[in-house]
Amino acid sequence: MLPPMPAARAARLLLRLVLAFSFTVVVAAVGPTAPAGAQTTTTSTNPGTTGSTVLADDQPAPSGGELVRGTLTFADESGRVPVDGAVVIVSTEDGTEVTRVTSGADGKWEVPLPGPGTYQVTIDVESLPAGVGPEDPANIVRTIEVATGQKAGAGFPLAKAGAEVSSPTAPEGNKFLKLLGQGIALGSIIAMATIGLSLIYGTTGLINFAHGELVTFGALVAWWLSTGTGGPGLSLVLAGLLAVVAGAAFGGAQEKYLFAPLRKRRTSNVALIVVTIGWALVLRHLYLIIFGGSSRPYDEYVLQREIDVGPFTLAPKSFWTTGISLLVLVLVGLMLQRTRLGTAMRAVADNRDLAASSGIDVRRVILLTWVLGGGLAALGGVLLGLTNRVSWSMGALLLLQMFAAMVLGGLGSAYGAMVGGLVIGIVTTTSTELIPAELDLVPSLFVLILLLLVRPQGLLGRAERVG
Amino acid sequence: MDVVETLTESMRQAVGPQAAAFAIAAVGINLQFGYTGLLNFGQVAFLLAGAYGLGITVDAGGSFWLGLVVAITSAVLLAFLLGVPTLRLRADYLAIVTVATGEILRLVVGSAWGGDNLGTGGPQGVKEVTGVFRDLNPIPDGSYGFSSFRFESQTLWVTLVGWTLALAATLLVRQLVRSPWGRVLRSIREDEDAARSLGKNVFAYKMQSLALGGVMGAIGGIIITLNFTSVIPDYFIPTVTFFAYAVVILGGAGSVWGPLVGSVIFWFVIQFSESSLDATVPEDILSSQDLAALRFVLVGVLLMALMVFRPQGLLGKKEELLADG
Amino acid sequence: MADDVILVADGVQRVFGGLTAVDVDHVEVPRGRITALIGPNGAGKTTLFNLLTGFDKPTEGSWSFDGHQLAGVPAHKVARYGMVRTFQLTKALSKMSVLDNMRLAAPDQSGERILTSLVPGTWRARERAVTEEAEALLERFNLAHMRDDYAGTLSGGQRKLLEMARALMAKPKMLMLDEPMAGVNPALVQSLLEHIKQLRTDGMTVLFVEHDMDVVMGISDQVVCMAEGQVISVGTPHHVGSDPKVIEAYLGLRRAVEFEEGYVEGHGG
Repeated sequence: MLPPMPAARAARLLLRLVLAFSFTVVVAAVGPTAPAGAQTTTTSTNPGTTGSTVLADDQPAPSGGELVRGTLTFADESGRVPVDGAVVIVSTEDGTEVTRVTSGADGKWEVPLPGPGTYQVTIDVESLPAGVGPEDPANIVRTIEVATGQKAGAGFPLAKAGAEVSSPTAPEGNKFLKLLGQGIALGSIIAMATIGLSLIYGTTGLINFAHGELVTFGALVAWWLSTGTGGPGLSLVLAGLLAVVAGAAFGGAQEKYLFAPLRKRRTSNVALIVVTIGWALVLRHLYLIIFGGSSRPYDEYVLQREIDVGPFTLAPKSFWTTGISLLVLVLVGLMLQRTRLGTAMRAVADNRDLAASSGIDVRRVILLTWVLGGGLAALGGVLLGLTNRVSWSMGALLLLQMFAAMVLGGLGSAYGAMVGGLVIGIVTTTSTELIPAELDLVPSLFVLILLLLVRPQGLLGRAERVG
Repeated sequence: MDVVETLTESMRQAVGPQAAAFAIAAVGINLQFGYTGLLNFGQVAFLLAGAYGLGITVDAGGSFWLGLVVAITSAVLLAFLLGVPTLRLRADYLAIVTVATGEILRLVVGSAWGGDNLGTGGPQGVKEVTGVFRDLNPIPDGSYGFSSFRFESQTLWVTLVGWTLALAATLLVRQLVRSPWGRVLRSIREDEDAARSLGKNVFAYKMQSLALGGVMGAIGGIIITLNFTSVIPDYFIPTVTFFAYAVVILGGAGSVWGPLVGSVIFWFVIQFSESSLDATVPEDILSSQDLAALRFVLVGVLLMALMVFRPQGLLGKKEELLADG
Repeated sequence: MADDVILVADGVQRVFGGLTAVDVDHVEVPRGRITALIGPNGAGKTTLFNLLTGFDKPTEGSWSFDGHQLAGVPAHKVARYGMVRTFQLTKALSKMSVLDNMRLAAPDQSGERILTSLVPGTWRARERAVTEEAEALLERFNLAHMRDDYAGTLSGGQRKLLEMARALMAKPKMLMLDEPMAGVNPALVQSLLEHIKQLRTDGMTVLFVEHDMDVVMGISDQVVCMAEGQVISVGTPHHVGSDPKVIEAYLGLRRAVEFEEGYVEGHGG
């Protein structure tokens, strides 16, 4: 059906170049190791963090790395401002002082504890900058219980004197619109990352548990290329573009050197799923070793004043993120609909045998699907690093939402992944109106299970024979 | 580097309470994955159900025995919750839903909200949950063993109970898979339409397998809890499931003794490689954090290498393997 | 034919996407006879088979088998009512022994229940009886010498035989064979046909799918011909074989339908 494409040779050449480039980037990235074990520990939303204390020993060790930490910030017109040089005092239950610590320039402080137990954490009001004080001046002591190996948190809400304590004075409608805006931003990122996941499933029947690591890869490459520490310090825009190319190459390389050879050996999909799990563990923890356990922002576009666009009030970078994502989604949609390659991808995802018998080079289409998926996932990672921060586990955390989006849209459907991603993103952020923000993943799962009960083929999926 | 020290330390890990707990959870995975072909990637959710079922009950003043009943019941309920929407669908759906459920449960019980509303203790978890179990310990106080191969009385008690249960679970599975019931499971693993065409209620068998394997996961979670004497939400990360899969695949999926042998060897290898690296590579090249991360890299490489080069593991039969062509 | 009818289907329809794969107004299968379901490639035969046996759900329609209404009944219950099928692509369980394949199919084995399975005393006797039955059937289908081999080591034709023998172990009232001759070495075809004839002699009802008209002429009592999802002709082999509509379907429609139907069955099979 498809005669040798005029562009086929060019595409192959491009692919080789991209592959070569990616390996250079990977090798280069491995070289200058980020300061591992830096004092800043992660404040990411991942409570599992490294898991290094978990599973590490079967005995409650005398000192299991218990610590207490927190971040001191107050609200300003420009956003949250970190408090530098504030003193935090940690004492035991009976009042004996254990230690005192001063917060860093990022407002963070951390105190290692001698062991599990109950501690009192007090903030020294005198040490705070002039005009800044606790929101509730009577409430400056926290009593915390620390379990074996636990990293406990202690927060002290601060406010600028004279300022409104917080801003929920804004009308409810605005807050919802803000969450909706954030949801669309997050959703379009999930959508982009899920397209690859879903198309790879469609073309090969493989659920790639290492897809989140492609997302992280993009963010890490962009971070390394754009920040001064050890990297070349390119502008973030250029770094992001290069990261996407590297991600595409990394995706292609995984298919070419790992999964295609395994499929050739007739390894079953169940075995391949286990391989992707192993691969995800390897990649994720290599990222941890190279990048360290902390989550870091890019150098550029960190703090931005919120602006109004239409009904939404968000930081400009959120609008840019959404705009870029939606544009890319439209382009991918057009590519799938209009180009020969896109048609071939959809045909293979639809029915691999039929596509093969119609003369489509299935192996090449699968390879290009991985290239596309890797590039989109990397772009998702770059943009996610912009709105959140860059961390070694950011992609792994996104994977559940990607799964939910994929099932929601129908396994194997690219358009479904787009719709599913947006739905999941919006559900995730708007649900924080009703439930604690730390549980914002929960509604996605409920949507997922509910859908499986009533419409297992997904929103856009075709009805399939169910035994 | 002290070779004897490293070896004895690794041996202690290989037969310790954590290895016993993983062996039990792995027997469950073996029943689900090795014999039935179910991709339960949320075994950690069952461990969590067992741990918190016990912990919350004891914390609320219930007896240890009631705690066990609650733990097992929660595991069965969880199996139904996961199974009803997914077991009629393709295998991959179960994989996605179970991995998601495990993570969600961990987030919920570890959240402040869970602490306030579910009695999970939030991020701190539940403490002092052993109840009467501790008092039942017949082993006199003291420390037993030699060199680093040494267990305190309580640890030894948990370890003995753990391995006894692991053995019991193995013998139960042995009996089951050698019966006509096990034959139906194997037929489902290979081709559920064939089983259906011969009048077998595939859904019911899958559900039984999921629930029974889940209960074994819960028992593994209970052993871990008894060993820690508290329930810590951060323990129940998805990686626990994948460690248990590594145990099953290393021992040989679909072989009766695979999970036990797998768990012993798995923990020995992990501890041995970690201790050796720790002793030989200086701290400034490989920090203790990096070392902890390397453990996961190692498990990842092990999983990949096994699936590629020896999918039948140590004890499995290649001819009966689900994982080939 | 004035025979007793074992299976009647009315208004059975199955739509995939916008495409109607099966649209059967009425069809009957007489008890104790051999009925062949023929039609050009992709006429909807396998889809109809899947619908009748509960492996697929019709968009609409109803059918009854031996006094049981079967619409909406799950596949395993259909099998227990006595309508047992085989598959176009054989589903010999290749990682189990030939004997275990046979024993698996036996009904009423209490050892298949989880609790009783733990007490071997409760099911051993039944297992012995089942094994004897299985060995007798394997003997009849010339597979006795392979009883302890993995089914995966059998040749294509042997797998077809095993699947047929296994279906008989389930004590069916009616055997549904989906292209039993497909992919079988021509030398074995005759032997397979003899086995099917023998089943009729034993009083079994057989419905089998076949797209090669010549094969069915010799052994069928009734032939049902489908094209484009509809039944276009029913009667004796001679009657159907000379029906102009049938000839047209075989000669004319073949090319046109092949593509679309292959597409649908790729999903259904």
